[in-house]
Amino acid sequence: MYFDLTDEQQAIKATAHDFLAARYKSERVRELADSENGFEQSDWDEMAELGWTGLALPEEWGGQGLGIVELAVLFEEMGYALAPSPLLSNTVAGLALSLCGSDDQRERFLRPLAEGKLRGTPALWDAGTRGTIGEFAMEARADGDDVVLDGEKVLVMDAIGADFFLVATADGRRHIVERDAAGVSIAPATGIDLTRRLYSVRFDGVKVGAAESLPAAGEDYYPVFFRICVALAAESTGIAQRTMEMAVEYAKDRQQFGRPIGSYQAVSHRCAQMLLETENARSAVYGAAWAADAEPESLPRAASMAKAYASDAGWRVPDASIQVHGGIGFTWEHDLHFFLKRGRANAAMFGDAKWHRERVADAVLAEPAGA
Amino acid sequence: MDLTLSPSEQQFRDEVRDWIEANHPGPEPEAGLEEVMAFRREWQLKMHAAGWAGISWPKEYGGRGATMIEQAIFVGEAARLEAPSPANVLGLAMGGPVVIAHGTDEQKARYLEPILTGEEIWCQGFSEPESGSDLASLKTRAVKDGDEWVVTGQKVWTTFAQYAKWCMLVARTDSDAPKHKGLTYFLMDMEQEGVEAKPLVQITGEGEFNEVFINEARVPHENIVGGEGNGWSVAITTLMNERAGLAFGAIAQIANNLKRLGALAAETRVNGGTAAEDPVFRQRLAQLHIEAETMRLNAYRGLTKTMQSGIPGPEGSLGKWQWADINQRIAELALDIEGAYAPLMRGDEHAVSGGAWQYSFLRSRANSIEGGTTDILKNIIAERVLGLPKMR
Repeated sequence: MYFDLTDEQQAIKATAHDFLAARYKSERVRELADSENGFEQSDWDEMAELGWTGLALPEEWGGQGLGIVELAVLFEEMGYALAPSPLLSNTVAGLALSLCGSDDQRERFLRPLAEGKLRGTPALWDAGTRGTIGEFAMEARADGDDVVLDGEKVLVMDAIGADFFLVATADGRRHIVERDAAGVSIAPATGIDLTRRLYSVRFDGVKVGAAESLPAAGEDYYPVFFRICVALAAESTGIAQRTMEMAVEYAKDRQQFGRPIGSYQAVSHRCAQMLLETENARSAVYGAAWAADAEPESLPRAASMAKAYASDAGWRVPDASIQVHGGIGFTWEHDLHFFLKRGRANAAMFGDAKWHRERVADAVLAEPAGA
Repeated sequence: MDLTLSPSEQQFRDEVRDWIEANHPGPEPEAGLEEVMAFRREWQLKMHAAGWAGISWPKEYGGRGATMIEQAIFVGEAARLEAPSPANVLGLAMGGPVVIAHGTDEQKARYLEPILTGEEIWCQGFSEPESGSDLASLKTRAVKDGDEWVVTGQKVWTTFAQYAKWCMLVARTDSDAPKHKGLTYFLMDMEQEGVEAKPLVQITGEGEFNEVFINEARVPHENIVGGEGNGWSVAITTLMNERAGLAFGAIAQIANNLKRLGALAAETRVNGGTAAEDPVFRQRLAQLHIEAETMRLNAYRGLTKTMQSGIPGPEGSLGKWQWADINQRIAELALDIEGAYAPLMRGDEHAVSGGAWQYSFLRSRANSIEGGTTDILKNIIAERVLGLPKMR
């Protein structure tokens, strides 16, 4: 029993922390939030240099061959820095190709993705549907050996900078569609989170060759899904950590009625609650990350626990931080709103807290009472 | 990172598990505290004979010298298998460790063995009617008279005072010193004129706790632990020992309660189905499981940190807070699931589960008060973990 990061993992954390702190100071995050694409290619190249684009992908396909614990370490820091970056969407595409693609697809798409030369993003949810996990409306219409895609995908992360999409269809499959393919059109969505851009992507009679449809289907994607839940929950934990620190610093400095507001229990107890939620989220995340690497049979439950808890903590802690800050926390000028918005958007992505709790209920109620 | 037990830890767990299963005396008697104490004395003798009493104590003092992880495993297994509590729980968890840490050789020779065997029961004389969370404001006074101290005052919330031979008593020996400085830690013989224990009936109708009235009781000077005027720091050691290791028992206890709650949900009819199919109950049940898991993992993280640094950090306060909160919410959900039957308790033929959840609901109200109120724990977290300025 040893529940802490190893020296190597601590080193990854320190590198990520320092790099991201240097790159994403407040002014820079605001600049990117105002920019057209929401990220910078030169940042991406540096991340690729650091090995982050292929961190948890096999060495055989150009990745670093590290585990989900290391991925969680990285994404906790990405959240802490609120880094505007397509790294999450690219990680989804990378894990999907790695765990569910053919060798030919891995050679053509995964290797360059891991090396930072191509970016991918998933296109899952269909316009007009509720966005239920695992339920897709777009038909994969057969046309000889090919399939033809028609319809509009919404909530697609980072579409404008992606080189290819992994498009989900009603039969549970995913299809690789390059951004420049005939019939693909991209429109930016108006989202609350300015530091992670969403788009809707139309597919009008887009032809996909047999070699571009992944051989897996349906529940084959669960191992990808649950790993991404862990990464996203880690990101939300970083958001909670950062906004808790902001609240604590402010509560030490800000004076009212002649003393620091942090000396009032109404404020200090709120901060203690933030610590509790942040530490709980962190424990759940690393417990699930460890399960992904060492005990995959317990990953689904652990990942749902982590995503459910961190979905809540990821916006409630920034929300509580705004309350501690008072009026200044409600201004555009203060950075807190960016964290609140990312946290709330994360809560809705890849299964919200309610959806994951329902899965936990299923798992715990299925156990025999005497066990 | 490794969240599994090592082969040697697993072997230790199996040893503990086998021993408890082979020696488990069954559920505690429901009638009367006297019967319960006799039952627990017998259990402690068995534990002692097999070397499980004082598991954290060093071997030279009759303990097992177990590592922290072994202690955690033992406490966890005992709670999971619902083994009885030993009779002298306060002596084992606090009295012994304090004597070992601060006592003289004579005190060690005199007090430790009867704690282990349960021959002498210990109680804790800290809280007073006007000194609860603000312990250092206590007013019980000890005045020197030759080789003895004469003690007068009142203590409260004294668990098992009516059975105790020794009281870990903190009294004011210097009323001119600042409030933390003028305190001394005594071992007071409870079997004397001038000491009277009266059970305090709590909201469950039981009397676990007592009021202790002390009127010119006599304590020999040699019964001071840790030196005159050092009572505060000696008392803090006691409280630290109270919290260390408890987490793993609490975790196993919560796991058992969650299982019972799941069973209750599965057998309770609601709206043409069962409570286990009701979406609102499912959400609440799942949330409790999630938080219980975070508590378990926090304890693992805390244990890893403590094993590396040697000292339990104030993060332990999080676990106690969380335990109280989860335990209370489990019982609250159980009563909600029982619905219209929630008012019926033990002794009523229509009570659900024999009224067990009504008892839990009432007893767990104390969880956020006993051993440090949740409100004080939040102060500790704010000041010592987050570094926020002290209140006032």
